[in-house]
Amino acid sequence: MEKQLLIGNEAIARGLYEAGCRVVSSYPGTPSTEVTETAAAYPEIYCEWSPNEKVGVETALGAAIAGARAFSGMKHVGLNVAADPLFTSSYTGINAGMVILVADDPGMHSSQNEQDSRHYAKAAKLMMLEPSDSQECKDYAKLAFTLSEQFDTPVMLRLTTRVAHSRSLVELGDREEVALHPYVKDTDKYVMMPGRAKKRHVIVENRVEAQKHWAETASINTVEDNGSKIGVICAGISYQYAQEALGDKVNYLKLGCVYPLPEKLIQGFSHHCEKVYVLEQLDPFLEEYCKTIGVDVIGKEVFTLQGEYSQRLIRKVVLGEEYPTTSLDMAIPPRPPVLCAGCPHRGLFYALKRLKVTVCGDIGCYTLGASAPLGMIDTCICMGASVSSLHGRNKANPENETKSVAVIGDSTFIHSGITSLIDIAYNHSNSTVIVLDNSITGMTGHQENPTTGKNIYGDPATAVNLEALAHAIGIHRVRVVDPYQLKECEDVIREELAAEEPSLVISRRPCALLKYVKHNPPMKVDTDKCVGCKMCQKIGCPALSIRDKKSCIDFTQCVGCGVCTQLCKFGAIVEGK
Amino acid sequence: METKSIMIVGVGGQGTLLASRLLGNALLSKNYDVKVSEVHGMSQRGGSVVTYVKYGSKVASPIVALGEADLILSFEQLEAARWLPYLKKGGTIITNTQKMDPMPVVMGAAEYPHDILDAIRAKGVNLVAVDALSMAVQAGSAKAVNVALIGVMARNMDLEKQVWKDTIAATVPAKFLEMNEKAFELGYASQGE
Repeated sequence: MEKQLLIGNEAIARGLYEAGCRVVSSYPGTPSTEVTETAAAYPEIYCEWSPNEKVGVETALGAAIAGARAFSGMKHVGLNVAADPLFTSSYTGINAGMVILVADDPGMHSSQNEQDSRHYAKAAKLMMLEPSDSQECKDYAKLAFTLSEQFDTPVMLRLTTRVAHSRSLVELGDREEVALHPYVKDTDKYVMMPGRAKKRHVIVENRVEAQKHWAETASINTVEDNGSKIGVICAGISYQYAQEALGDKVNYLKLGCVYPLPEKLIQGFSHHCEKVYVLEQLDPFLEEYCKTIGVDVIGKEVFTLQGEYSQRLIRKVVLGEEYPTTSLDMAIPPRPPVLCAGCPHRGLFYALKRLKVTVCGDIGCYTLGASAPLGMIDTCICMGASVSSLHGRNKANPENETKSVAVIGDSTFIHSGITSLIDIAYNHSNSTVIVLDNSITGMTGHQENPTTGKNIYGDPATAVNLEALAHAIGIHRVRVVDPYQLKECEDVIREELAAEEPSLVISRRPCALLKYVKHNPPMKVDTDKCVGCKMCQKIGCPALSIRDKKSCIDFTQCVGCGVCTQLCKFGAIVEGK
Repeated sequence: METKSIMIVGVGGQGTLLASRLLGNALLSKNYDVKVSEVHGMSQRGGSVVTYVKYGSKVASPIVALGEADLILSFEQLEAARWLPYLKKGGTIITNTQKMDPMPVVMGAAEYPHDILDAIRAKGVNLVAVDALSMAVQAGSAKAVNVALIGVMARNMDLEKQVWKDTIAATVPAKFLEMNEKAFELGYASQGE
């Protein structure tokens, strides 16, 4: 069979394909996005970007109840949004197999918190598998569908960033077509009202017991006995780190299923070891279980609750060994991520800076507006929170109404900003909400969304008309600005802050990285005119720097957007040719 | 064979991801076990980025930790300095001499260090420094800087030149192939400072 070098997410998609999955509905979120993007390349699978994770899980559950193998994938914080259907899907169970993937982000490469989603499996009483490389991603995805149908429940897959985004070899297989399971009306199973749900709860608890029994001998829970006195219990990427750090110096219990856990297997493994370490990133999920079943393990007291593990950390803690390093005796300035050269968000943030407003921010590329020198985000919590927290801010003190705004991207607005804007209209706060409409879901790497007029396949789709939507929910002051026009942005937002009713400002210009966006030649600095005042540096463009006390434009980055020329009082920044 | 560790470091947007895919595919064609760890999402937006490529008979961890890299390929001088502690004793660092000011330097809150290359050499590290940006521009576009650097790296690795050329042909879009081949050759021919 052919082998390919796939990232974990691509391997999951391959697993969906081979398992005969028919319906996929997901909202993008790093580090999960490529699962659904890759699945969309298989014509046998219907795929879609859903407006948010709750809709995605509900769509997949609806498809599974209707009889098609179905999938929804999301990042860890997306699972919070989908938690409502998640918990009750455990009660209804499925008809055809259903798999829910959650990708955690230890180390927060691209996230606002470091939550450990294994707790959801336990809380919702849903089986959870955790692969450690791309081959396992594919294999476990297929196994998850089998288990889902065997136990009549959605099954969760948990990835972490290093599994989701690491390439390793995967052996490809053929697709096994799975016929639609016939749908039979069964209100005791699918209509969760108190009387029926009480009966289903009994089934849920019995199912977990049956799964525990299964886990004791499951082929994905493996013991590697190297005849050592030291044992290591681990799952997911920690297994790979441990293998690299410790090789055959320890015995391994690798848990492919992290919920429910096999009591006797863990006790039996630990019995033969003098010392047992639990290697797991984030929370002591496995460790606490071990302690409840009377297995004495070493875990978080010598490792950490924060960030990622590595082979270095494990080598140091378990073996007391460290490799030497070389470093320079100089201060190395950090290089934080920044808004790209030509990013349309930059001009809008500069206008907000001029207006000296408080900015309730949201999740997306534009969160980078928080960084110096713009520094124009005051809060960032979760998807949609900009709009509702602005409403709360203005209710706390109506004086805030003329000096506070919310900023939210087009995709994030659809995800969960709409309901918050309805709250502003319905419970009337004189709030000014700015949608940063760059015609794409940007941070996750350019996915279409309900405002772009295209679906996941790039085919024409119904587009939400933001202006009409605002009017329909009772917001009648709607303004559209071009964020490359600094004065226009500043004037319009000033007017809307002063207006005595809620406003929606749409800052509209496509992301500068979109392929169809035509760039101008790089701008040039006329060094005779440049006085080195650094005014142009205030917009925080990565293409602009100072060389020999004059402004300097990096031709490899500049896309000729011309925003910096509007800041130069000396006409020193000119169009290139 | 013992696992070899390579790091590709640079500034988000410089094309480090394509470079790591090229390297991964080239190694794969020699039947090594290969793991490549990529960076996606927010850190890609102009921040410091790193990709790990590991190969050998059996690779476990996809990441490279401090003091473990046999080779670091840096797209920018400051990034070479930043990631130097990941280099193994006796390892080699190849860097583009291009300098890109990070935002704290642009704002005057920090200074771009002087003489990074001399400082690295003073530590007794094997350093190859090349002006890959000029090579890329000469080949037809600044965007080809990644393939020019792959060319430099190819000279410092044990794979046949043809493997690299075949991999480039199989990985980059046809309309940019000629330019990328030229960039590769310029990189391959360079001796470094």
